[in-house]
Amino acid sequence: MFGNLSDRLVETFKNLRSKGKLSAADIDSTLREIRRALLEADVALEVVKNFIAAVRERALGDEVSKALNPAQQVVQIVNEELVQILGGEQKRLTFAKNPPTVIMLAGLQGSGKTTLAGKLAKWLKDQGQTPILVACDLQRPNAVNQLQVLGDSVGVPVFAPEAGNGSGNPVTVAKDAIKHAKHKQYSVVIVDTAGRLGIDEELMAQARDIRKATDPDEVLFVIDSMIGQDAVNVAKAFEDGVGITGVVLTKLDGDSRGGAALSVAQVTGKPIVFASTGESLDAFEPFYPDRMASRILDMGDILTLIEQAQKSFDEEQAMEMAQKLAKDTFTLEDFMDQMQQLKKMGSIKNMLAMMPGAGKLRSQLDNIDEKEIDRTEAIIRSMTPKERKDPKILNGSRRLRIAKGSGMTVTDVNSLVNRFEQAAKMMKTMAKGGNPGIPGMPQGMPAFGGAGSQANKNKKAKAKKGGKSGNPAKRAAEAAGSPTQNPTEPGAGSAFGLK
Amino acid sequence: MAGLIFWRKKKEDKAQVSEPVVVEPVEIETVVESEPVEEVVESVVAPVVTEPEIVEEPVLEAVELPKRRFAGGIKSLFSRIKFDLENLNELEDILIQADFGVDAAEQIVAKVKAKAKSTGAKTEAELKQILTDLLAEAFTRDDIALKLDSGVQPYVILVVGVNGAGKTTTIGKLANWMVQGGAKVTLGAADTFRAAAVEQLATWAQRSNSEIVKPTTEGQEPASVAYETIEKAIASGADIAIVDTAGRLQNKQGLMDELGKIRRVIEKQTPISEVLLVLDATTGQNALTQAKAFAEVAQVTGIVLTKLDGTAKGGIVYAIQEQLNLPIKLVGVGEGIDDFAFFDPQEFATGLVG
Repeated sequence: MFGNLSDRLVETFKNLRSKGKLSAADIDSTLREIRRALLEADVALEVVKNFIAAVRERALGDEVSKALNPAQQVVQIVNEELVQILGGEQKRLTFAKNPPTVIMLAGLQGSGKTTLAGKLAKWLKDQGQTPILVACDLQRPNAVNQLQVLGDSVGVPVFAPEAGNGSGNPVTVAKDAIKHAKHKQYSVVIVDTAGRLGIDEELMAQARDIRKATDPDEVLFVIDSMIGQDAVNVAKAFEDGVGITGVVLTKLDGDSRGGAALSVAQVTGKPIVFASTGESLDAFEPFYPDRMASRILDMGDILTLIEQAQKSFDEEQAMEMAQKLAKDTFTLEDFMDQMQQLKKMGSIKNMLAMMPGAGKLRSQLDNIDEKEIDRTEAIIRSMTPKERKDPKILNGSRRLRIAKGSGMTVTDVNSLVNRFEQAAKMMKTMAKGGNPGIPGMPQGMPAFGGAGSQANKNKKAKAKKGGKSGNPAKRAAEAAGSPTQNPTEPGAGSAFGLK
Repeated sequence: MAGLIFWRKKKEDKAQVSEPVVVEPVEIETVVESEPVEEVVESVVAPVVTEPEIVEEPVLEAVELPKRRFAGGIKSLFSRIKFDLENLNELEDILIQADFGVDAAEQIVAKVKAKAKSTGAKTEAELKQILTDLLAEAFTRDDIALKLDSGVQPYVILVVGVNGAGKTTTIGKLANWMVQGGAKVTLGAADTFRAAAVEQLATWAQRSNSEIVKPTTEGQEPASVAYETIEKAIASGADIAIVDTAGRLQNKQGLMDELGKIRRVIEKQTPISEVLLVLDATTGQNALTQAKAFAEVAQVTGIVLTKLDGTAKGGIVYAIQEQLNLPIKLVGVGEGIDDFAFFDPQEFATGLVG
């Protein structure tokens, strides 16, 4: 499944690879695609405009002139900005110093407040709290009833003195609930309120009254992740009308891209605290800004790829490799290490499929033999340490022995040795500032530089200027080499959730 | 728009009215309340429902349901900017903000531009007229009314949609309106999943004076509730049966398959007249995905656009209409039992542009 954005970006950058650097025009054409992607993800127009302006400014700065792959670099900037707006890090619930902690839920009709109340109660209970649910939605038919059923199924008591269905005063219920909770020593009070429209002044006033009556530690604004452009108006209305402390996104198990998250976070400046991801009462989790960023951008796959590359290529190893290259002591052992690193990143087919534009490569991808790496490994493992260090000593009888030991043929062994020599040569060239290639990778695979080449290149790049690699793994090495480059991204490795 | 007419088999005592009475719309902008045309309604309340044993040429009689108009609700797109040739491009932004989507917005702007050029329209009024006509035309079609005219009763209406779109509320309003018009309505509570959904529908049944068929055991298979609903509706001679279903996100394959099953068990007994997809007007571009998925699985015949009383414009229905060829049939404009109306393309377009 390739996001439209991924493919369109590839199209935009088709002619760009050779240039290496971003021009203002390049950035603009990329940003046009990103603008569209954000709008298609339902990010509010005004938010998109501000956002694009911010990214453009950053992209025009020094930062990108070092970029090796412009598309990736811009995507990276966009992603970082998204994560930042979405709240940077996870936000935790504020608990009152003197219990009970009061959490009030507010939102439009059908946003999922009541269900969320049940989930929140369960989550708190699992954490050792003693929550109580309060039924202040006296409007919707049987909302009280629904809350009671939910309370029963999660084993949390429900304070519901009024039957609802249009009768009773929610403010009174809320007040009484706090008294009740204090008296019975519940640690958290969750107040479910009726769904209301931002423009319904009367109901907004009522929500304010409930807030006054309960003095909540958190007022969580519950919003359906499928909401469109109206998210801005709604969020503003609730922020101004009731005052909110955090946001909960619901129905994230759907396939909406959830751009509303960005709109709401931007407009209210309030963190998104929880994500509700299904109908079961366990389908509830803290909100991960980074995952949401990927989802909105519809570039989850490529970001995952970047992350996997970052994670898998051990930076120290990479540095070591680079030194070896520089000293011309790259051996078959290192070669194998490199392959294992690649393997760690997951199936090569899958990984390549994640790359933008891989659609065109699909037929080639089918020809890739995943076992090739295993076979290569078997051959190398059948060698003596001495042979691995110095493949030049491999004469006919040694090669025959290795072939027998690994269950391969002498031809296979020969071809591996050839490939290794080529790779070593290529790396040496690269170490001198050349183009990264395919160090001994199976046939039919597009360029995919190894860790050694990357680290090495980075070193050189600093001395010389930017190179041209399209390799996402490069970032890992670069981050190690120049920690100041992405100050907003301390834990880049963990910044992108795995799918 | 006149009140909707549904057709039922004429009773033995057929001296009564038989002409379909098409009443001209009352020209009052502010009417939201139903305006039943008294004589017609009274005349159909009296006779009892069809007796199946009368084997004769089915003579249909028209039953006029009260008119539904909807005024207010939709807020104009142009609250801030002046709309003229110079800032025609801003129209795109405005349409995007009304959830039309980028593609549709571009398309509409291009059309307005072309039309303005060919007609030499310049003033704000002229341009607005072009836009109004364009939108109204896009939404106008001949299958916009509920189709309750086969004479095979009960007319079955299946209501589907994602969670929280407003299915149950829509059913309550719909049932109330039909009962007001003299129809005998049976509701089926086939949302056996969500906590207290059955009770919620039961409350609406009570408010609207409809019958309700509930699951007999907890967590009963929804398809079996649907089956029983139709069975009971036929047995009791109901005019209309409305089946509520659990909200489901369109990417949950298992739940979507369940809808197919519900459809099939109903159709074993009687044809389904309408499958209404309830869409929340605040939904963004995902509404198109929803409509696609539900149309495929449940063979949706029309859209109900709910929550139009908020600030949302529901522009995505334009794309749905264009791409999926699905008519918008009803709109929901509030939580009250009377807060719904027929979808009127002209009114909708005028409301948006006005």
